[in-house]
Amino acid sequence: MRPGPEETPVLRLIGRRLLLLIPTLFGLSILLFAWVRSLPGGPATALLGDRATPEAVARVNAAYGFDKPLVEQYFTYMGKLLQGDFGTSIVTNRPVVEEFAQRFPATVELSVFAIVFAVAIGIPLGYWAARHVGRWQDDVAVVLSLLGVVVPVFFLAFLLKWLFAVKLGWLPTDGRQDPRIDATHYTDFYVWDGLITGEYDAAWDAILHLVLPGIALGTIPLAIIARITRASVLDVQNADFVRTARAKGLAPGLIRNRFILRNAMLPVTTTLGLQLGLLISGAVLTETVFAFNGIGRFLSQAIFQLDFPVLQGFIIFIALLYSLINLVVDISYGLIDPRVRVS
Amino acid sequence: MDTHHNDAAPLLEIRDLDVEFATQQGTVTAVEGASLSLPAGGTLAIVGESGSGKSTTAMAAIGLLPGNGRVTGGSIRFDGQELVGLPDAKMRHIRGRRIGLVPQDPMSNLNPVTRVGQQIGETLLTHGLATKATVKDQVVEVMERAGIPEAERRARQYPHELSGGLRQRVLIAIGLACRPQLLIADEPTSALDVTVQQVILDQIDEMTRELGSSVLLITHDLGLAAERAQQLVVMHRGRVVEAGDARAILEDPQHSYTRSLVAAAPSVAAARLLPEAFDPAPAALAEDDTASLSTVALRKKDLTPLVEIRDLTKVYPVRGREDFTAAKDVSLKIPRGATVSVVGESGSGKTTTARMLLKLIEPTSGEITFDGKDVLGMRGADLKDFRQRVQAVFQDPFSSLNPSFTVGRIIEEPLQAYRRGNATERRKRALELMEQVALPAHFHRRYPSELSGGQRQRVAIARALALEPDLIVCDEPVSALDVLVQAQILDLLKDLQDRLGLSYLFISHDLAVVRLISDYVCVMKDGEVVEAASSEEIFTNPRHPYTRRLLASIPGNELDIRVEGDGEHV
Repeated sequence: MRPGPEETPVLRLIGRRLLLLIPTLFGLSILLFAWVRSLPGGPATALLGDRATPEAVARVNAAYGFDKPLVEQYFTYMGKLLQGDFGTSIVTNRPVVEEFAQRFPATVELSVFAIVFAVAIGIPLGYWAARHVGRWQDDVAVVLSLLGVVVPVFFLAFLLKWLFAVKLGWLPTDGRQDPRIDATHYTDFYVWDGLITGEYDAAWDAILHLVLPGIALGTIPLAIIARITRASVLDVQNADFVRTARAKGLAPGLIRNRFILRNAMLPVTTTLGLQLGLLISGAVLTETVFAFNGIGRFLSQAIFQLDFPVLQGFIIFIALLYSLINLVVDISYGLIDPRVRVS
Repeated sequence: MDTHHNDAAPLLEIRDLDVEFATQQGTVTAVEGASLSLPAGGTLAIVGESGSGKSTTAMAAIGLLPGNGRVTGGSIRFDGQELVGLPDAKMRHIRGRRIGLVPQDPMSNLNPVTRVGQQIGETLLTHGLATKATVKDQVVEVMERAGIPEAERRARQYPHELSGGLRQRVLIAIGLACRPQLLIADEPTSALDVTVQQVILDQIDEMTRELGSSVLLITHDLGLAAERAQQLVVMHRGRVVEAGDARAILEDPQHSYTRSLVAAAPSVAAARLLPEAFDPAPAALAEDDTASLSTVALRKKDLTPLVEIRDLTKVYPVRGREDFTAAKDVSLKIPRGATVSVVGESGSGKTTTARMLLKLIEPTSGEITFDGKDVLGMRGADLKDFRQRVQAVFQDPFSSLNPSFTVGRIIEEPLQAYRRGNATERRKRALELMEQVALPAHFHRRYPSELSGGQRQRVAIARALALEPDLIVCDEPVSALDVLVQAQILDLLKDLQDRLGLSYLFISHDLAVVRLISDYVCVMKDGEVVEAASSEEIFTNPRHPYTRRLLASIPGNELDIRVEGDGEHV
């Protein structure tokens, strides 16, 4: 086990993962392609409804190329995909990519808020529980995190909205920003825009709009992170090297940060990556409840309207995103744990 | 900070110490009325088995009892200061600064996520003995004193990049970085290879002598204790049963427990288990030299060896680097009813060889015959027969038994797998086997977690015996056990061999244990057999320099203490 230059293994890891993306996406594209072509009565009937005339069906087939041989259709589809052409939404008639590009920033803002919330509360909660294991504080934390996992996202979303927005009126009920605020937008990241233009009231309003959906979205990850942190800290705090740290006479704070938490964070990091990927599916429900105009809400509309180019594009996009997030997590894992770097 | 000691006053004085642990089953007394006194600059060893309270006593002295343990009585005076009841905030300034600790397991005692240099440096920084500007040079200096080559480069490495021996040196550097008055060394070498052990202990001796530190050595190994310490304290079940001058205790133990410990210590005892091993025909266990298999095989009537291993090689391809040869051209024979031991340190290829014989891994080249049949090409009925006639007992009785099965089910399982008898007959056989290994019948309903290490190893042996095998491959079967239990298990193995005519392939890193059980010994190093001969030959007339080094590393070997009048020297 000779340590090489530290950059090389990381670059190799990135390269290998990106190469692995190719077969993954290739397989996924075949599945999606097969799915659309196997819709009952064919994609055209699915679009037009059962009572569509044969002429209308033929017209749609010709327009979308469904009348061509399957292999040719697939290559056309793949060719476009590789050029970044994900097709056109049947409902809005705009390119899928454009629709995403416009809504994705909203979901990113929401997800970042949710995950920051989950980490900022979950890790201290888990640590606190572990340090008080067997006492009432631990029981409280365990029950809370169990509740966090078992309460359905949409129910929590409704509950938060009803209590804090409707009843108490502390926070806005829906949307991304108060329309009465005259905010300048360079990008679709509203908080960011507010900060760089110096319109702090606009940024603050955008943040307020993130609070309730962010909490709703972040609660499950929070509960899971708290539980993993608790288990992991329990494990690490009895490790021999923690005793050695105490034998050196180190201060308790240093032992906590450099010895217990840094080692306990390893499993938490893995969980975090998985949770980030799952946030998108949670966003479908949360964004719908809070009329938050991100890709989650857009997707739920696409499902009801059978807007399959959007669904197809969305699934490919999510697969890419998920892979990239996990790649980032694996790299950051190496930053925390030197043992991973070498192998 | 130079402290002047009064020669009369001990540096560490423990009086009537009681330590209790709160467990779910109530309070357990771990140490009861223990007293000891360590003069400044001296070395005192506490000897005992696991559960004797030796480590607990030491941990109480440095204020590092686990969360559920506390001192309930007595006093610990260190350099005139009472440590019992001292708040942690004050104790912190003594730990690391004035009392250093070298812990047992170098694999688990270093923080895996920070560089070793930092782990040494933080001790110096915490106690104000270094500044951020000077710490780097000071760390390198301490590492050099601890015998770490290329200290500057090593300081930037992480623990997993270092070998066990180097990690233990890092721990020594941590323990002695602040030049403490007292060093507690808690089994500092028991996790290391035997040749490394010696060097590490020498390093501790040298450094503490230089610094004038006293040493409190905790060990289960009586031979090691007597070699390193002037004063011995023998602990048993939480109490001090004997204390005094090391040599006096070893030569004339007063307490019955100490006597049994001295008698069982494999490093001190001679080859008592095996008077037959001293056959007058010493010759190497060379290939094609059937005559040299000596009278052990002759006595067993059948001259053909049970197992013949020829030029066995196992190569593991390593990506981007040279292939790793785990075993190279290993040849050995196992006569019927005899014990052949393979001795070597970690990485010597002994376990690889055993696994190939068990047909758990495929060799790259070479051949194995078992009772005249080629093992490597075995298929179908032959393989099934082979699997029943060759059994294994592994090192760790804590992980090699399924924790969710009862002892009865564990022993019956091989019978069930090969459809031997019906349920009643299998139960009967299991009870019979338990009797053979001296386990009480009511244990068959118990779970492994309710058993001690020695009892578990008996279960593992009973399971191995269930199918009436000809050969049992024992891979470090006693190295996880306390010394008295070790002796009992070795006795059992020997006794079973005599009664059932078993052959053993005995894998061990511990020459002292090997000596008690072996007819023949193969010494392995770096994948190759460097020396193979009868047990007597190896121990009285080692030829290969490595064998000599191994023998010299047995703690207590130079003590020249003989039990039961055995007068032979190594």
